[in-house]
Amino acid sequence: MDEWLSSLVFWTLAAVIVGSALITAFARTLVYAGFALLFTFLGVMGLYLYLAADFLGIAQLVIYVGGILVLLLFGVMFTQGGGLMKQPGRGAIQIPSAVMAVGMAFVVLLHVVLYTPWPVMAVERAAEPTTRTIGTLLLTKYLLPFEVASVLLLMALVGAVVLARREAKEQK
Amino acid sequence: MHFVPYLHEQFLSAWPASVVVLLVALIGAGIMLAWVALVALVAVWAERKVSAHMQARLGPIYVGGFHGWLQTVADGLKLFLKEDIIPAMADKWLYIQAPVLVFGGAFLAYAAIPFGPKLVVSDLNIGVFYILAMSAIVAVGIIMAGWASHNKWSLYGGMRTAAQFLSYEIPSALHLMPVIMYAGTLNLGEIVRSQETGLFGWAGIFGWYLFRNPFLFLSFICYYISSLAETNRTPFDLPETESELVAGYHTEYTGIRFAFFFMAEYANMFVAAALSTLLFCGGWNGVLSRNIQYLPDPVVFLLKCSAFIFLTMWLRWTLPRFRIDQLMALCWKFLIPLGLLNIVGSALWMYIFEQV
Repeated sequence: MDEWLSSLVFWTLAAVIVGSALITAFARTLVYAGFALLFTFLGVMGLYLYLAADFLGIAQLVIYVGGILVLLLFGVMFTQGGGLMKQPGRGAIQIPSAVMAVGMAFVVLLHVVLYTPWPVMAVERAAEPTTRTIGTLLLTKYLLPFEVASVLLLMALVGAVVLARREAKEQK
Repeated sequence: MHFVPYLHEQFLSAWPASVVVLLVALIGAGIMLAWVALVALVAVWAERKVSAHMQARLGPIYVGGFHGWLQTVADGLKLFLKEDIIPAMADKWLYIQAPVLVFGGAFLAYAAIPFGPKLVVSDLNIGVFYILAMSAIVAVGIIMAGWASHNKWSLYGGMRTAAQFLSYEIPSALHLMPVIMYAGTLNLGEIVRSQETGLFGWAGIFGWYLFRNPFLFLSFICYYISSLAETNRTPFDLPETESELVAGYHTEYTGIRFAFFFMAEYANMFVAAALSTLLFCGGWNGVLSRNIQYLPDPVVFLLKCSAFIFLTMWLRWTLPRFRIDQLMALCWKFLIPLGLLNIVGSALWMYIFEQV
């Protein structure tokens, strides 16, 4: 019964993620693609929670839905014609380049899936909070990558401000 | 859900554990749905009475006998019976989904709110973070409503929500950080338990994080301001300004679909009040020590929540609305720097005075 239920949960989540991702990829209007992305993110959050990574799941929701998706929709609404913009047609150059890009990403992902040693945790330990472990690791073992990432983000922030300011000056 | 194993062993041992968990979750969700409806009914009536008395009028007085207490029920019935209009130019799919997302996001937060030491649907390890995250779904729903209505007022309302939500998410999380540093946990029940005693072991009101140090007091005020902005309440109700945008993102909605937006607003107000209570004001710990607290824990908690909801209403009928640039300036130039200051200040205070 338990195994049956857990596989039901997994396949439902997988169907939600793949289905909404397909809508995102093939939607004719940008806004539909954006809103379908919401359900992809919610599905991925569900997968994280299903794997007992509670903090990671909620962080996924805060960062991807609360930050990135809201910003994305904001951008779509500000573009000319709103979300009613049609996608560009499929030409002779697009298809080979798309196949190449997707193929390369697929190879990299496949390599990661096959050759990463995935640590497995006992079911009994799954209910323990993961925040303490994550916090300790971030401030000890992974402190340098963490700081480098924050400096990188700060640089991006300053760069964006510089670019936006210059445009505002030129318009005057 | 610590009572699940108990329930499983005592009464339902013939059933598999997963079914018992599901059953408990469903019952909890049902109870919370009824609770959200009750909160909305009472809060809408209270808002009408509070606003009326602040403007020297009486408000609803006839329906139900005692001070028009049945007025909201009558209004709810009216909204149920009204025609459900979907504008011809609206995006039908998104138009129908938007109220579901807005209400669903507001409702999901209730799963992690503890009403007493053991009165919680799901005792999450990351309760605070979970409740903050659920407001993201509400924001996406509001943007969806604004876009799908195909109406310029709705669209402006939706865009303002996006800007306001993105900005105020940051200070509301930053100002909760000092509390989480003190408590050392994200579990709401644990945070309340850590407020039982404060400095020098004094109990009662001295245990509340609000009075632990000056930075926490400042944090509380800033958090309250940003929670007003996150729940779209006056003076920050830019997404639905009547004087400029008719009714903002829900201009085109009628009948029961509008009622869902309305209920979500009051549901969010209660969540914000509950978070202020649980994190800063001791949750279900009374003003005096727990040894001489005679009121039941949920009653103390709900009294504090009601006080915060009253304060929110009071502010709505007292203060004029901010302009959008003032709103952004307040967030980015005052609340966020103050949030960083409070985190550093609280850390120093903990290090110097409390030897953590």
